[in-house]
Amino acid sequence: MTAAAALAAVGGAAAEERVVGPVGAVLDVLALVCVGAGVALALVAALGMLRLPDVLTRLHAGAKPQTLGVVLVAIGVALDVRTATAVGISTLVVVIQLVTAPVAAHMVGRAAYRTGKVRRDLLLVDELSRLEGHDEPEGGLPDGCVRVPGGAAAVDDGRTDDDRPADGSTSPVR
Amino acid sequence: MLPTGTLVVALVLGSALLVAALCVVARAVMGPTILDRVVALDVLVVVLVASFGLYAVLTDTTTALPVLVVLSLVGFVGSVSVARFAAKESR
Repeated sequence: MTAAAALAAVGGAAAEERVVGPVGAVLDVLALVCVGAGVALALVAALGMLRLPDVLTRLHAGAKPQTLGVVLVAIGVALDVRTATAVGISTLVVVIQLVTAPVAAHMVGRAAYRTGKVRRDLLLVDELSRLEGHDEPEGGLPDGCVRVPGGAAAVDDGRTDDDRPADGSTSPVR
Repeated sequence: MLPTGTLVVALVLGSALLVAALCVVARAVMGPTILDRVVALDVLVVVLVASFGLYAVLTDTTTALPVLVVLSLVGFVGSVSVARFAAKESR
């Protein structure tokens, strides 16, 4: 028996055992609730896309449904279809999303910072600029941004200069 | 034909997804930077995944499920490559 035939046999057996009756109805309703929650998360993220002011905040709104929303939809599909194939594919989708979504969001955020597309007047603390030893991203301030007196990087974090290492290095970890 | 209750749920969730997709496309068109567009298109991929998941749940079929895997992978590769390109462009 080939691997594909074995997979088909497993899927077929699971399909025959598909739960019906009262338990099946409860599972169907649970599945719809899960998918509905995932859809609601996607809607909230889409509203955030329209309303929020700059790349980092939009990234913040958009990264949530990329993990939780997709997980909820996949759980809903697995609960409703209830075959080995559906559960396997849903698990695969969840694993892929959990691994890749944070990486993609991190890379987009880093590119935004390095190319100066961050609204610095909205920042409370900018630990990256202290880490990299310059006050502004290389691309300069984006259009429409003004320099705040004192600068975002000068926000009082409760430490004085005496607390910092003498060699000028500053740790971003507190 | 779907039962009435299921039909109502399908209409509500479907129109929510439509509104979400329109908002996201509006942001992708407005920009202003390429990274805004990338983030918006990532969320559009999530809306598409939710749509295919809703379709699979409503029809009890597995035909749409491979699309979910492909969408997850393509969305990742796309946003990462555009992020790399934007970083190089500024130097």
